[in-house]
Amino acid sequence: MGSKLIILLVIVLGVIAIAQLVRVNELTAKHTNRKDSDVPHRDNILNANLMLVFMIAFYASFIWLMLKYGFTGLGPAASTHGVETDWLLNLNFVIIIAVFFLTNTLLFVFAWKYVKRPGVKAYFYPHNNKLEMVWTVIPAAVLAVIIILGLRSWNEITSEASPEAENVEIYSYQFGWTARYSGMDNVLGDFDYKLTTADNQYGIVTRANIENALHMMRVGGPGEEGIQLIEQRLNDETRVIARQDRKSLEKNLGRKQRMVRLLEQIEATYNDSLDAYANNDIIVPDSLFLLKGQNYNFSFRSKDVIHSAYFPHFRAQMNTVPGMTTYFKFQPIYTTNEMRDKMNNSNFEYILLCNKICGGSHYKMKMAVKVLGPEDYLNWQKTKMTYDGSPWLDFSDAERATKEAELLEKYQAIAASVEG
Amino acid sequence: MAAVAHDGHHDHDHHEESFVSKYIFSQDHKMIGKQFLLTATFMGLVAMMLSIFFRIQLAWPGESSDFLNLFLGDRWAPDGVLNQDMYLGLVTIHGTIMVFFLLTGGLSGTFSNLLIPLQIGARDMASGFLNMLSFWMFFLSSIIMFISLFVESGPAMSGWTIYPPLSALPQAVSGSGMGMNLWLTSMAIFIASSLIGSLNYIVTVINLRTKGMSMTRMPLTIWAFLVTAILGVLSFPVLLSAVLLLIMDRTMGTSFYLSEIIVGGEMLDNVGGSPILYQHLFWFLGHPEVYIVLLPALGLSSEIISTNSRKPIFGYRAMIGSILAIGFLSFIVWGHHMFVTGMSPFLGSVFVFTTLLIAIPSAVKVFNYLTTLWKGSIVYTPAMLFAVGLVSTFITGGVTGIILADSALDIAVHDTYFVVAHFHIVMGMSAVFGMFAGVYHWFPKMFGKLMNNRLGYVHFWITIVGAYGVFFPMHFVGLAGAPRRYYDYSVYEGFNVDSYNMMMDLNVIISVFAIIAAFGQIAFLYNFFYSIFRGQRAPQNPWNSNTLEWTTPVEHIHGNWPGELPTVHRWPYDYSKPGMDKDFIPQTTPLMEGEEEH
Repeated sequence: MGSKLIILLVIVLGVIAIAQLVRVNELTAKHTNRKDSDVPHRDNILNANLMLVFMIAFYASFIWLMLKYGFTGLGPAASTHGVETDWLLNLNFVIIIAVFFLTNTLLFVFAWKYVKRPGVKAYFYPHNNKLEMVWTVIPAAVLAVIIILGLRSWNEITSEASPEAENVEIYSYQFGWTARYSGMDNVLGDFDYKLTTADNQYGIVTRANIENALHMMRVGGPGEEGIQLIEQRLNDETRVIARQDRKSLEKNLGRKQRMVRLLEQIEATYNDSLDAYANNDIIVPDSLFLLKGQNYNFSFRSKDVIHSAYFPHFRAQMNTVPGMTTYFKFQPIYTTNEMRDKMNNSNFEYILLCNKICGGSHYKMKMAVKVLGPEDYLNWQKTKMTYDGSPWLDFSDAERATKEAELLEKYQAIAASVEG
Repeated sequence: MAAVAHDGHHDHDHHEESFVSKYIFSQDHKMIGKQFLLTATFMGLVAMMLSIFFRIQLAWPGESSDFLNLFLGDRWAPDGVLNQDMYLGLVTIHGTIMVFFLLTGGLSGTFSNLLIPLQIGARDMASGFLNMLSFWMFFLSSIIMFISLFVESGPAMSGWTIYPPLSALPQAVSGSGMGMNLWLTSMAIFIASSLIGSLNYIVTVINLRTKGMSMTRMPLTIWAFLVTAILGVLSFPVLLSAVLLLIMDRTMGTSFYLSEIIVGGEMLDNVGGSPILYQHLFWFLGHPEVYIVLLPALGLSSEIISTNSRKPIFGYRAMIGSILAIGFLSFIVWGHHMFVTGMSPFLGSVFVFTTLLIAIPSAVKVFNYLTTLWKGSIVYTPAMLFAVGLVSTFITGGVTGIILADSALDIAVHDTYFVVAHFHIVMGMSAVFGMFAGVYHWFPKMFGKLMNNRLGYVHFWITIVGAYGVFFPMHFVGLAGAPRRYYDYSVYEGFNVDSYNMMMDLNVIISVFAIIAAFGQIAFLYNFFYSIFRGQRAPQNPWNSNTLEWTTPVEHIHGNWPGELPTVHRWPYDYSKPGMDKDFIPQTTPLMEGEEEH
């Protein structure tokens, strides 16, 4: 409330000030018979001095902002490429802040110093090819460095993920995210949006899902009339159907018949290996759990409109586009707990945000990201079930202890690869 | 070529004009320029108000405000709290109006119309009728865009770039219904208006220059308007096609931009389209558009800085070269808006390279401005203040472009407030400053009156402090990871309360400055309208300027010059030339014996 009062006060004072200024000015203009096109010496000097005052205030507030709010409120980059990004970002900031200060200072100092003074004539100086060459070549050279360094990073970031990288799919919809892990085979099950039903929200291709979808179209299900029923109603000669209803029924029928043809195509190209890929996938809504040091190859897709998967702490971002799969890879280097220590904030969580306008609740479309150490990650994996309902770590009782110890060792090696 | 036919016997040709033909359906470029200015001023004020509405929400989220309720009513601000859908609507229409209606239609429309014939020595535009048509189409599109704010389901809500599928699917957001229909209709008409206008400008500059006005004697304003018009003619049709394809996707069941979508529980039939195609089409206009907005402002400020420094613009030919280079490059950089769409990394590299090249002609322009000021004899008219302000914002906003052009870095800051800060400073503030500078400088030419300088000073200092106060802190909000177009940042509260507190602190500061800057505009509006009616009568050449427009009589006449058209003997920047007794030599003054042309 306090700030509101201040604003109100500022506004009221501002309006009063302007009104007073106008009145004073009108009165003085009447008395002095001054032409508004001639700028009096006093006004020139005043504005010239204000240029200098403005420059100093501008710089002071810039420095204040830098000291108070730092370069980034996000903390250190939490991914391998992010460290590179931050290094390059800082280098670029050094360059542009230097340019900012240099050119703005020249501007405001010239604007202050070369104000019109009685008896001083401006210096006729239309061009100087040498000077102009200098300030073409120097920026070009600096930019060459920026371009080379930038493209080197860009090529690294966008290069193909290594074969050991774990494949994880991030599915986006209005207004949330779901993660799908590829399971022990590291292959994500296929998907097709036409298979999306209440029972198969992510359109995953399995024989059962194809059958289900076909059944929904042909026979129908809860809340949905199948082709059979619609045909029956259309052909029922004992009942009169309003023209409007008939039209919508026919439209619905046409759409479903088309869908059946499309689903039959999926069925025809289906082979049994697809079931195997899909069945050991693990679907985790609401949170994304990552293993420290693991290379991840994320694939993104969208159910409805364009979203953007923005992981600010990992310096990672990729749009999710309906009808098109996009990819981004990164390797987290600090667990959530380590990051909490670094940020000195015991509640800190990594976050995945939507960063492409996607509708009214765009601003709420988020998912927590948890980076775990080897033990925690293994323990979390143990609690997760795959798509067909078996445990993620599906080991027989006899071999469980050794297999888990092997996994733990592997995870420890992965986590250790990013230490130091 | 009625204008040519009038030549020579113009003063006998004084026919009575009716109110309608003089003030409404006028074919006189000076009147049409003023019509553009007034319409754009209205639209600009609307867009500014919208920004105040959403700034209130951002600084004080969820707090009740009678002010919001007063303007937005119970429909969009129940209990004085802004509705989250309407928030997006406000952001969208704010951007659309500012970019297209104020800074494209308003800036080019006003000053190209006013200055092209006057500064090249022509009686009028090549086609007065098309010029009139261009304005009235602009007016119609403005009205349609304005009334879209009052539609029951709300105005367009998918951002000023209206990316499909969001903009194509009314199921996805309510503004994609009737609001989007109006947006698309308005823009289609706007584009037609802009094309007609631009063609007219190009033809006029090429064909109707007076005797002696060679291309290298044209003021930089005209060069800027010419290149701007060429950019518009080459790029706006692409946006029109993008808009038409979107209209087809929305109404005829085509799938240009739609593929494999399930929205609101409904599985759509569309397969095979690409929403990314729309982005390519949009930004093929969108990036040249940045320079359509910026170049006229740079042209105006070149003229104003030279005149008021009483010095020739430094490096005239380099300035022309820069304008041409910027114009050319602006067509091959659009992909830098799309680094995170999953585009081919190689293509991305090409766009990084071409984009960063633009920094070179931009740097040349800045250094040339600085050298023009150096050892000048600066006169601070309000126009000069705004022109100097423009150079500052062009630098401050320009340098951050280097980070955004670098694809590897763009990933980290794309679509955050860092971007919002960048383009508001480099494009918004610069172009608005250029426009204000233009209005103060050529007001005597438009209305035959002088504006009040002191009020102009107040206006400038409030505006520059206010606008920098708004946009400069946004860099820090962006670097803290705040995405743009968020209704509320409390999402960070549960994850990183430090980031959240910082965003909230700065958001309050930003909104306070926004309100101050908005109030500063009262000084301008008061000055503008007061001076039209009660300002001092302007002398013929109030700023002791060299260009041709100041050789026309103060009272407007149709055809601009009584009698013969002026003949040009020199470039427009002979200020403080050694050996001359006056510190300016109008372009119509013949070269003295032995005098070299600059």
